Amino acid sequence: MSAELYYKSASELSGLLDRKEISSVELTQSVIDRTKAVDDLVQAFNSFDEENALAQAEESDARRKRGESLGSLDGIPVGIKDVLAVKDQPLTCSSKILADFVSPYDATCIQKLKRSGAVLWGRLNMDEFAMGSSTENSATKITGNPWKLDCIPGGSSGGSAAAVSAGEAIVSLGSDTGGSIRQPASHCGIVGLKPTYGRVSRYGLAAFASSLDQVGPMGRTVWDTAALLQSISGHDPNDSTSYRIDVPDYVQAIEQLKGRKWTFGLPKEYFENAEDTASMGPVKEAIEFYKSLGCEIKEVSLPHTAYAVATYYIVATAEASSNLARYDGIRYTHRAESFDAKDSVDIYRQSRAEGFGNEVKRRVLLGTYVLSSGYYDAYYLKAQKTRTLIRRDFEEAFRDVDALLTPTAPSPAFKRGAHSGDPLSMYLSDIYTISANLAGIPGLSVPCGYVDGLPVGLQILGKPFKEDEILAMGNEFESAHNFKNEHPSL
Amino acid sequence: MEYEAVIGLEVHVQIKTESKIFSGSRSGYGYEPNTLVDPVVLGLPGSLPVMNKTALDGIIKAGLALNCTIPDYCKWDRKNYFYPDSPNNYQITQYDQPICDGGFVEIEMKGETRAVMGSHRKVALTRIHLENDVGKLNHFAEDSLVDYNRAFTPLMEIVSEPDMHSGAEAFAFLTAIRQTMIYCGISDCDMEKGQMRADANISVRPVGQKELGAKIELKNLNSITGVKNGIEYEIKRQTQELKKGRTMTQATWRWDADLGRTELMREKEDAHDYRYFPDPDLMPVRIDDEWRERIRCEIPELPFDKQRRFMEQYEIPYSITSVLVPDWELSEYFESAAKKAPKCAQAIGNYVTNDLLRELSESNTALSECKISPDGLLSLVEVIEKGVITKQIAKDVFIEMFNTGESATEVIERKGLKPDFDEGQVKDWCQEAVDENPRPVEDFRSGNEKALNALLGQVMKKSRGKANPQIVQGLLKELLS
Amino acid sequence: MAEAPHIDIDKVAELARIALTDEEKTKFSSQLESILGYIDKLNELDTTNVEPTAHPHSVENVWREDRATSELPTSEALKNAPKQRQNMFVVPKVVE
Ligand SMILES: [Mg+2]
Ligand SMILES: [Zn+2]
Repeated sequence: MSAELYYKSASELSGLLDRKEISSVELTQSVIDRTKAVDDLVQAFNSFDEENALAQAEESDARRKRGESLGSLDGIPVGIKDVLAVKDQPLTCSSKILADFVSPYDATCIQKLKRSGAVLWGRLNMDEFAMGSSTENSATKITGNPWKLDCIPGGSSGGSAAAVSAGEAIVSLGSDTGGSIRQPASHCGIVGLKPTYGRVSRYGLAAFASSLDQVGPMGRTVWDTAALLQSISGHDPNDSTSYRIDVPDYVQAIEQLKGRKWTFGLPKEYFENAEDTASMGPVKEAIEFYKSLGCEIKEVSLPHTAYAVATYYIVATAEASSNLARYDGIRYTHRAESFDAKDSVDIYRQSRAEGFGNEVKRRVLLGTYVLSSGYYDAYYLKAQKTRTLIRRDFEEAFRDVDALLTPTAPSPAFKRGAHSGDPLSMYLSDIYTISANLAGIPGLSVPCGYVDGLPVGLQILGKPFKEDEILAMGNEFESAHNFKNEHPSL
Repeated sequence: MEYEAVIGLEVHVQIKTESKIFSGSRSGYGYEPNTLVDPVVLGLPGSLPVMNKTALDGIIKAGLALNCTIPDYCKWDRKNYFYPDSPNNYQITQYDQPICDGGFVEIEMKGETRAVMGSHRKVALTRIHLENDVGKLNHFAEDSLVDYNRAFTPLMEIVSEPDMHSGAEAFAFLTAIRQTMIYCGISDCDMEKGQMRADANISVRPVGQKELGAKIELKNLNSITGVKNGIEYEIKRQTQELKKGRTMTQATWRWDADLGRTELMREKEDAHDYRYFPDPDLMPVRIDDEWRERIRCEIPELPFDKQRRFMEQYEIPYSITSVLVPDWELSEYFESAAKKAPKCAQAIGNYVTNDLLRELSESNTALSECKISPDGLLSLVEVIEKGVITKQIAKDVFIEMFNTGESATEVIERKGLKPDFDEGQVKDWCQEAVDENPRPVEDFRSGNEKALNALLGQVMKKSRGKANPQIVQGLLKELLS
Repeated sequence: MAEAPHIDIDKVAELARIALTDEEKTKFSSQLESILGYIDKLNELDTTNVEPTAHPHSVENVWREDRATSELPTSEALKNAPKQRQNMFVVPKVVE
């Protein structure tokens, strides 16, 4: 039995654990064994600590023995994107500049996860500082897509998606700044949710773009994703941007909202060039499915869609240029071997030149430029204003509909290296996901089919803080299909 | 040609709080290096700032006390620059929407003598904003060491208009700010501890010229006197240069207090490009009338107002008020005695500013530890007024009171200092003195008023110091007329 | 901004404190210029009288009470330091 534990859902596993049919040690060992068996191929992990994971599992088993289970995640191995601070564990952001960094503190979502008894499992690969859509920008390793190893897993949470897809973790945490949870979830055939901005604390999430970043859950089922969201959500006094609003019971909501006749909007700007969009086929079938349930489907308009990528790349890079200034070779990051000690600035130039990869350099340079004197109004201020227009588009659309249905990504996972020469073409692959970050709204990606043997996702964009609704919508689709039980052959 | 200097000051003042401006690490001075740090203070990946409410209250209080407008809305911006003392390599500050707008500082120039009040004027402020302090660099021969204890201490930057013209005005400006901050409990403004720091912008131009001369920024002004001396030196230097026909270029100079001169730090570099933008990690602040009023109520009477009132209400001289008022506790001490006996105010003021301060300083005691209460002091002044004891004896009584904490009457009783004779006895002593000392009697009668002192001394001796000198003098004059 | 944007890559790299090789300078400036060319499409939009968005939610007055909570032990604060001495971070001599 234990050989397949790693592919069971958290919901099923927590039942088995509660009934003492399995132990967390057994489950964790199964995940560890699976990881050791396949990670040479998938390369999802930057690092992991077997002993530490088993020790956590033992504690969980001891709790259950005492009848003190902390809930549905108690004893479940959760993979952690290498962008979240876990006390006494490495935090590399897949960057050379943080290669030796060990965090002296826990992120808030990690504290919450610990309080829910989860077994924190490993450090998952990503695009360096979450900058990318393919995990090719990692300084550590190149993660493969478990469905087709020479394809990218998506990014930036590529390791988080690949690990869950390949059974190397039951669920995982990712972060999403412009699609970094939803797009890799789509590419790896799993569920991923970007919460509303402010739903999950960013304290302990190494910042890429502060006004866009959110930590979020990834899992093989909507239920698992909901349970993980449950454990990390809520207001945090350590994050001024976290929102004071009640956290509903997501798992319960999935049941309660079952069968509701939703009104869905299809943003016409997203569907205009449908014939060029490879992933459109399965998405259209998914739309038909909702119609068959009696849901209403309406066309809506997001008139400023064409400006989202440009807006995003100004806002995100400007914030990043400032957020990443702290990686300087002074306090805790890589310090260049050699620099001109007589020029007090050279330690920065050389450490950062050695420590950052190309994509990070490119974005830091772009962000520095758009903020620099004489350009602020033309770029940064302009982008902030356009951001307002994009937000309003969504507010308008949500007057008439409960949620929007769109593809998560224009195409399934592409071959490694396909976009490496042309950053702009890579940026443009984020068109469906980026706007949700600009508007701060939640988005879910659910597997909805295959194109060329690779999974593609349906994106459901919801109203602010209506994660419960989009989870219920996603669950409706998931329960009527068998995608959650289909795994890559590794 | 005549030249004039135009001076603006940027004054950084730390706000006294328990914790840092954006995190829960303690604020403090004199701790072991890197002990007052947490993930925010070190700028660790993932750390996020959260505003300290007391720091906001503090700057609003400062702004109201310095006559600023407190706008309804202010926000936080990042000022991006790389420096080892800056944990994030950006400072969280306020760029275009500071918390305090405009305002002015009332200053007092030195009077002709210490007994005379100097002239007062208002120095205009541009703004006051709030920001995080940075760490401290310790310089060694080969390298520098960074201690981040100071980083993220709440820091106000008070920016004046170029509205001063001399080192003395700058001195008066800083003194006034310091006293206001201390009065309001916002900061102790101890420059040695870096709680107050000042940079000056100085330019010199020919009198009558409209546009300002080249701006020289003066740094390393480590004391209020240093500010005055540095500025005066700089004005002299720049004026001499101009007189020699040289042109000044914008640059940063530093004051060397030991050598008593300024030296060039750097010529005007490329203008800084700080790439300010709104800090996405912090929410803006909205301030309503209720908040402003709540803070306004916490502002005590300010030093110059108190001084003017003391002079008027208690009719005490400027020289006394100028000792009392700069020390808030001392002035409160004075007033709690004086308001019960306004007629004795001057005597109380004298005791406080002379005897009390002397004893406190000689015994190294803080006023808060002083055994004489304001009421105790008042009781002493009253027994003197009533003529129960002489001023001479009162001096000793005061010291006894200071040492033991007894009341004046207790000391007088215990030491038997009350006169044990009546006025008839004093008259007899006066007659004896006149009879026994023909020489001074003669001198007095031939017009030497001072000769009376010798007779007075004799009478005082006979009374063992207990007779009232004023009464004795009167009796002697009567006898000799 | 009608003509193709031109980046002073030396200036930007110096502001960002990243040393670039000549080759990188050429590569990055052409890539950034092409991205900026794309970004220029924002100029099609009239944004007069549009308020800028700095935060996804317009929440105000988020603060904490002034209470000291906790600090990192000095050993933890320094454990990732590339170079340390006397419990402080060693940096190249800074000339003021
Ligand atoms: Mg991405
Ligand atoms: Zn400042």
